[in-house]
Amino acid sequence: MSKILIRGAKVLGGEAQDVLVDGETVAEVGSGLSDEGATVVEADGRILLPGLVDLHTHLREPGREDSETVLTGTRAAASGGFTSVFAMANTFPVADTAGVVEQVWRLGKESGYCDVQPIGAVTVGLEGKKLAELGAMHESAAGVTVFSDDGKCVDDAVIMRRALEYVKAFGGVVAQHAQEPRLTEGAQMNEGVVSAELGLGGWPAVAEESIIARDVLLAEHVGSRVHICHLSTAGSVEIVRWAKSRGIDVTAEVTPHHLLLTDELVRTYNPVYKVNPPLRTERDVMALREALADGTIDIVATDHAPHPHEDKDCEWGAAAMGMVGLETALSVVQHTMVDTGLLTWAGVAERMAHTPARIGGATGHGRPVSAGEPANLTLVDPAYRGPVDPAGFASRSRNTPYEGRELPGRVTHTWLRGRATLVDGKLQ
Amino acid sequence: MMRHLISAADLTRDDAVLILDTAEEMARVADRPIKKLPALRGRTVVNLFFEDSTRTRISFEAAEKRLSADVINFAAKGSSVSKGESLKDTAQTLEAMGVDAVVIRHGASGAPYRLATSGWIDASVINAGDGTHQHPTQALLDAFTMRRRLVGRDAGLGQDLAGKNVTIVGDILHSRVARSNVDLLHTLGAEVTLVAPPTLVPVGVEHWPCEVSYDLDRVLPKSDAVMMLRVQRERMNAAFFPTEREYSRRYGLDGDRMAKMPEHAIVMHPGPMVRGMEITAEVADSDRCTVVEQVANGVSIRMAVLYLLLGGNEPAVTHTRTEEK
Repeated sequence: MSKILIRGAKVLGGEAQDVLVDGETVAEVGSGLSDEGATVVEADGRILLPGLVDLHTHLREPGREDSETVLTGTRAAASGGFTSVFAMANTFPVADTAGVVEQVWRLGKESGYCDVQPIGAVTVGLEGKKLAELGAMHESAAGVTVFSDDGKCVDDAVIMRRALEYVKAFGGVVAQHAQEPRLTEGAQMNEGVVSAELGLGGWPAVAEESIIARDVLLAEHVGSRVHICHLSTAGSVEIVRWAKSRGIDVTAEVTPHHLLLTDELVRTYNPVYKVNPPLRTERDVMALREALADGTIDIVATDHAPHPHEDKDCEWGAAAMGMVGLETALSVVQHTMVDTGLLTWAGVAERMAHTPARIGGATGHGRPVSAGEPANLTLVDPAYRGPVDPAGFASRSRNTPYEGRELPGRVTHTWLRGRATLVDGKLQ
Repeated sequence: MMRHLISAADLTRDDAVLILDTAEEMARVADRPIKKLPALRGRTVVNLFFEDSTRTRISFEAAEKRLSADVINFAAKGSSVSKGESLKDTAQTLEAMGVDAVVIRHGASGAPYRLATSGWIDASVINAGDGTHQHPTQALLDAFTMRRRLVGRDAGLGQDLAGKNVTIVGDILHSRVARSNVDLLHTLGAEVTLVAPPTLVPVGVEHWPCEVSYDLDRVLPKSDAVMMLRVQRERMNAAFFPTEREYSRRYGLDGDRMAKMPEHAIVMHPGPMVRGMEITAEVADSDRCTVVEQVANGVSIRMAVLYLLLGGNEPAVTHTRTEEK
């Protein structure tokens, strides 16, 4: 088996050390390790993290291969430093049967760039009416443990309650896309000062917060755990904080874009800023950063949502919602959380690798960088500064809100079980 | 002068006064036996209407023809657009035919802005109403009507609407007319008060440069102009108000309410009116109601906007403001 010596890497941002990888595992971490028989990577003080884990990715296959495939999506993931992604269920057909989740899982195996863990739909066809065969998806080769109707809210309180209860039998978790549908009919952007001026249909914060409040209470009542997708408002933070203080088993994620961008950008009517949940206000952004720092929000998840050019090169009302995010996630987190002093790199590893792996049950991911652990690793150059260039993306889609924006940090290397998927910023 | 007219908020006080003054010049053309100026001879203007709007479309068309422009009417219904062609492709097709200006009406807020700023086309873009966002020529013709009635046709030249109290009543939430008027009237120095049931006022209105009241009767005595907006009956199905009759009782303008207005005050309506809903026939047909005048003024305003945006060769305004470049 091949050996790799990563020399002088700041493991989780600590003191520079050498990390020796032998085959699929980390063999040794220390100083002055022998490079005999090993390929040497001079880290030069760059940051070594566990391979990142994304609990919320849209890979679009099957059905929308014009925007992304499992292969292109996992290549984008490797470029962004990820070694494991959870693929959302809103494909065509919907991933609501063992057959579809196994297909996605198998495509992930074949891609070889990153582990793909399919998420199963909670309800048949994401229609919110009838539970999908959650047990069958769990027992399939894909071994699904996370279930979500993401893109749509499981808005029926009884269906949500049953789903929360049912998945306890096999340690599953329901990830809720919190959006009260009646309050968001025709919604185009955050409801507030900017929507009033622009004449775009409002997506009020209360539509998210009321569902989160309901679901944490349901989780408490039936003794289940619940995960909240892409939390976007200051009010949602307060509710999750309260729920955790009561001992409710709730976890929550925030997207990179909600940590940085605000609804002021919608004034351009450029649909690259159109996303669901929508960009909120500066006050919300600051509350989300603080909540991610203090642990109220457990993880960062990208909600990587590729769309073909024509679905964004149009008027706002006709445009699709969503942004790609895998290849810029770590840079945005460095910019908003590390460079601001809110998080250490160890804190980033916890929120982008350890905890998402734990929530989703991604075995072998999000492990400590120490001897005997699987060699899922990411090397980051935090000193890099440069404008985002979508032309260089590995994703099939280019719908990034950061085009031309100067962001810090760059993933230079990614290893998946000891195999380099990214070397010096180039996919292998 | 700017190249596009997208939002009333983009106009400075001087821009707006120049347009109003130019419109007065244009209005004189309507009094001539031959209602035509050569200003836009050889220029092509397309009226690109993705929403039905006969009134606005023919008003623009009349304005374009009086300026001798070549006019193309493009109604998106029944065209390639209904077969899935994008705004971008439609616009580029028209530009390839050599269009100098695009007058666009679109159901999506921001569509004219996208058209003007996305690099899809080079032509001037004039917003003829987009979704629930803006309708700047409507606001201009309303301001023009107010200036004529409240300041005077000749006395008004070079003047704004400083100190005038304007009340706008009705479905503010869904109204591009209200948004445009709030922006423009504020720029022109008027005090604007919006009156509506709270359900029809947008969240975030507190940042608009105007007052909001839920009580029409208290606002009327201090109003110099009262603008009634159309209220669609369908709104009551979405629980914005309980019934048509309740709406009329609380927010409709009838003869008794009109009597509370000062002697000189006018009643305005952008049309089409829903008689018996927001306005009674008695008010609509009274001398104080400017609905028909607004239509005539609309042509003058649109002539002025087209003339100024497309840079007609001969000066249309003969007083001070024309020296400024």
